[in-house]
Amino acid sequence: MVLYLLSAVVLAVIAVVCALVVLGVIPHLRLVPDDTRFDFMRFRRISFPISAALSVLAVFLYFYHGLNFGIDFVGGTLMEVQAKRGPADLAKMRSTLNGLGLGEVHLQQFGGPADVLIRISQQPGGEGAQQAAVRKVREALGDEVEYRRVEVVGPRVSTELLAFGTIGLMLAIVAILVYLWFRFEWQFALGAMIANVHDLVLTIGFMSITQIDFDLTSIAALLTILGYSLNDTVVIYDRIREMLRRFKRMSMPELLNISVNSTLSRSIITHVTVTLALLALLLFGGQAIHSFTATMMFGVVLVGTYTSVFIASPILIYLGVGTSRLATAEPEADSKKAKTKA
Amino acid sequence: MLYFSPLKAAGILLTALVVCLCAVPNFLPDRVFNGLPKWAQRQIVLGLDLQGGSHILLEVDSAAVKKEKLQGLLDDVRRSLREARIPYTGLAVRGEQVEVRVTGNQQQAVSKLRELSQPLGGLLSATGQRTLDITDAGNGVIQLRFTEAAITERIRQAVEQSIQIVSRRVDELGTVEPSIQRQGVDRILVQVPGLQDPSRLKEILGKTAKLTFRLVDTTASVEDALQGRPPPDSEILNGTVKEGKHPYLIKKQVMVSGEDLSDAQPGFDHRTSEPIVTFRFNTNGGRRFAQVTQENVGRPFAIVLDNEVISAPVIREPILGGSGQISGGFTVEQANDLAILLRAGALPAPLTIIEERTVGPGLGQDSIAKGKLASYVGSLMVLIFMFVTYGIFGLFANVAVAINVAMIFGLLSLLNATLTLPGIAGIVLTVGIAVDSNVLIYERIREEVRHGRTPITAIDAGFSRALATILDSNITTFIAAAVLFFIGTGPVRGFAVTLGIGIITTVFTAFTLTRLIVAWWVRTWRPRHVPI
Repeated sequence: MVLYLLSAVVLAVIAVVCALVVLGVIPHLRLVPDDTRFDFMRFRRISFPISAALSVLAVFLYFYHGLNFGIDFVGGTLMEVQAKRGPADLAKMRSTLNGLGLGEVHLQQFGGPADVLIRISQQPGGEGAQQAAVRKVREALGDEVEYRRVEVVGPRVSTELLAFGTIGLMLAIVAILVYLWFRFEWQFALGAMIANVHDLVLTIGFMSITQIDFDLTSIAALLTILGYSLNDTVVIYDRIREMLRRFKRMSMPELLNISVNSTLSRSIITHVTVTLALLALLLFGGQAIHSFTATMMFGVVLVGTYTSVFIASPILIYLGVGTSRLATAEPEADSKKAKTKA
Repeated sequence: MLYFSPLKAAGILLTALVVCLCAVPNFLPDRVFNGLPKWAQRQIVLGLDLQGGSHILLEVDSAAVKKEKLQGLLDDVRRSLREARIPYTGLAVRGEQVEVRVTGNQQQAVSKLRELSQPLGGLLSATGQRTLDITDAGNGVIQLRFTEAAITERIRQAVEQSIQIVSRRVDELGTVEPSIQRQGVDRILVQVPGLQDPSRLKEILGKTAKLTFRLVDTTASVEDALQGRPPPDSEILNGTVKEGKHPYLIKKQVMVSGEDLSDAQPGFDHRTSEPIVTFRFNTNGGRRFAQVTQENVGRPFAIVLDNEVISAPVIREPILGGSGQISGGFTVEQANDLAILLRAGALPAPLTIIEERTVGPGLGQDSIAKGKLASYVGSLMVLIFMFVTYGIFGLFANVAVAINVAMIFGLLSLLNATLTLPGIAGIVLTVGIAVDSNVLIYERIREEVRHGRTPITAIDAGFSRALATILDSNITTFIAAAVLFFIGTGPVRGFAVTLGIGIITTVFTAFTLTRLIVAWWVRTWRPRHVPI
């Protein structure tokens, strides 16, 4: 009751504040001041080595620490059970299930104290053996628990899902590369791709460190990260292209700096809104999508933003964007054109 | 950019309104919904992860199909050579082909065997392909193998048939709205909403249910046959677990098979009140059964299901009525299931479960509740943030986002799409991203204002410059969503759908509705400065 009242009061206050802002009584929130002039490009001498080192580390982690592959990709059985009375007795369940001769059985508290996640590795003996394992567990645990989720993935399906996931990721990268190549020059497409594959590599490193479940939804998270990081990169690239057309005599680092600075406010605000949405999912969306949202949070918010500013933009310098234009520029005509266009 | 002809404005509003209205059927009570005309009965379907239920992926055993087909070919070869009185030796299946060594007239044998090869796809097909490749390997050896096309066709038929039989079996279980679809070449996806424990379903789907009535071979004892070799026209089959796995020597020849049944029902025996299955033969089967029982009074016959002997009673008197009963120490449920299997018919090949995902109703309810809470909190935070950042323009953005979400629901309903928990995440994410288009526009307007433009030209320039960027940046995400749609299944596909639809509606609202709202505001208030 008190909680309801409290939240009603909070909502009312928020509503009043919003109304006052809309009416212009309270000034708007400014996260980024107008006309920032950060020299982002100078950081490339730091950001490039750091990113390179982190990427190498991520690859190293992937090979030597590995990912926590879920049953989607390695097959096996996953059961989410809830004790019907009181908290689950993990120790007792563990000894019961380990006595079944099913190889490695992994138990884990999942959400509340009554919820337990049971993981059984793939059984030797093909598709039928997996089903037999589920039957055994059901018999052993009996009616003391409610079976909230049972997932059994056989060897054939898991092999296929892994292949599909990998192919899909590659396909998406190539498709986006081709699209960007059509819309921009090849240097932009390549730059965006390097930057965003870097995002994916770092995210995979993150998944290796945290040992988050790597399953089909992780592929979904990676693809979404790819999409959104590129979204951000494309916004900055669009501006760079526009600037390239307008100012043909400006040095590349300066031009890039202006582009990044002028889109900075948008980048920050958008990332705040995405973070708010992801935060809500992370806090209230439940266990089922926890690893999904955590991965996206890392990829989109932490890495994606950094990449667009510190990797995707300065990399254009190395890829040789703008150098030829500078040489053939005709300053008089350019400034005129720029004015008429503006 | 800020001028809209009245016709265009009306068109935009009408489109948005119609798409939003498509979401209405979701909120109608069932009674009203069912009263709607068929074309309007479109609503969002909750995925199995939200409403609970079972997802079972079955694979048709194509090796068994091939094996059976080869066995059939072997019988055909034997029959046709015997009919033509051509002597032969060494008729056998070797690998993927049937081989026979003809000792008589080879020319005649080959031409006789060619008759077995039929044009593929019936008489009407014009492909010129045939079912068999017949090669003369020299030395009188003739090899027959099925063409690739013939095998593919046979597997296709087997899958089609299996789907029908699986449908019948699942329907018999009395589940609500099961969905049975073909997936890939040789797979069948069975989805049963609301099913909590799929054990029984799996039990029923896992049985081939090939029922045969055959005579027990009494010319030799089982013990002898077990030690040496069974007579050529008999085989050893074991009894069911209930029967103690007792071995029987059973004639290979089938008297009557399950295909000749016209009905099967569970029941109870009058005397022992044990659960049994009663069955009726069709005319043909009844006549054959009568004939065989007449000729074999006093001898035992066996009822064989999937190569297991259910029971082997002695024929006391000829069974002429075309009906009978099977008793095999069943429980009530077993009798029930057997009756279902017999009514639905035998599968052309065994099915294997290669993937199962079951969600209990409790977890589904929890997921819905959590998904709702997360969406409300997420949306609310984004809306508040937009208000405090952009004031009146934040209000415009929020109105656009609200319509955007309504349109997402409308389109999902229109497509009868499936909403999953990751799908809900996709919608929340879309809210976070959808305002991005507004942010892009507004930041551009602010920049233009700073560059000293008048309000109207600044707004105009802001829109025209930002829209190209919005299109570019959203297409990349759309590509990712499209790829995800094609590779994903179940919940993940649900995410791809909401993400993709969210992008479409976002681009639509940015290009039309936001502009329309701002244009209306500019016309009405003629602002001297842009409060952004």
